[in-house]
Amino acid sequence: MVWKTQRNIFIAFFRSGILGFGGGPSTIPLVHKEVVQQFKWMNDEEFADVLALGNTLPGPIATKMAGYIGYRVGGWLGLVNAILATILPTVFFLIGLIGILSTYRDSRIVIGMTQAITPVVGIMMIVLCYQFLKQSKKGLGSIQTILLTVISIIAYSLLNIHPAIVIGILIIYDLTKGEAKKKDSIKSEEKKQKVPS
Amino acid sequence: MLYIEIFIAFFIPGIVGYGGGPASIPLIQAEVVDRYEWVTVEEFGELLAIANALPGPIATKMAGYIGYEVGGAFGSFVALFATVAPSLIAMLFLLGLLYKFKDSPRVKRMTALIKPTIAVLLGVLAFQFFSTSWYTTGLIQTIIIAIVSLMLLEKMNVHPSIVIVGALLYGAIFLGA
Repeated sequence: MVWKTQRNIFIAFFRSGILGFGGGPSTIPLVHKEVVQQFKWMNDEEFADVLALGNTLPGPIATKMAGYIGYRVGGWLGLVNAILATILPTVFFLIGLIGILSTYRDSRIVIGMTQAITPVVGIMMIVLCYQFLKQSKKGLGSIQTILLTVISIIAYSLLNIHPAIVIGILIIYDLTKGEAKKKDSIKSEEKKQKVPS
Repeated sequence: MLYIEIFIAFFIPGIVGYGGGPASIPLIQAEVVDRYEWVTVEEFGELLAIANALPGPIATKMAGYIGYEVGGAFGSFVALFATVAPSLIAMLFLLGLLYKFKDSPRVKRMTALIKPTIAVLLGVLAFQFFSTSWYTTGLIQTIIIAIVSLMLLEKMNVHPSIVIVGALLYGAIFLGA
């Protein structure tokens, strides 16, 4: 049983690491696929929490997700297992084959492969984005979802405020506010708190 | 002493770099090229280009490789540990706290409140991938690959690994010629 869990952890993170072209963030939809859909270790809510907190902390996102989820599923061994499965295969590949890789770096075939994979990663991100928006609409209602989405877009893309700060403000806001409140007050408070920052 | 330097060189980008591994690349460059002079700017650029063509997180690939070049297998381990461990420990601690209170209404509401932001974050990442693709591959190929992969993933429920391998083959044959 334990062995099987560890084997599954390894498979889940090996697959997401080895298929994630374009750096750690491109593994997010792949990790989601493995962890939520394939092995059902957590639901979308927990995954969103992991992703949100992972983003408020600095450092590579792929290993933070792998380490935490590995730990949740399989303890300390699971943590080490998930991290190694995420990073070791490609590190070994790079160290061992750097000579060959540098010869073929400029080959049209390799460039074509990297180019073709980019829109696929984009689509996987969009799909996950859409899923989160849909769930959010179910939980918060359309108006709050649209409001928070627009504020986030403005903060992130136009004002260059990192999402970590937006998430941090939302967490602090949530923790410092009382339990009972009407939807309207959440809405207007959000606006007041975030637009000036 | 060397291992301490390797640790510092990768510890700093790891705790300062927001936005995942790719965001910490310039910080790694500042350490290994400017401060410790282990590699030249040209070597770093070359290595980055090669590492980018490979799958997997980019920051750990750079750390593992440069650590190995500078300090052998143990150097590689130290560099990887410095990259991964600090933020992971913070993550375990914070999520541990959250998990303890996971049934509290506050935590539930917090999860609900941050979801749109996470969605936007993913949307912006998607936009970056699409604009890179438009720039390097052209609009038509980008749209074709995007639509075909969307159909395969969502309508036909094909596993992402098959779609990704398919895209690699497509790129090798049609974009590489």
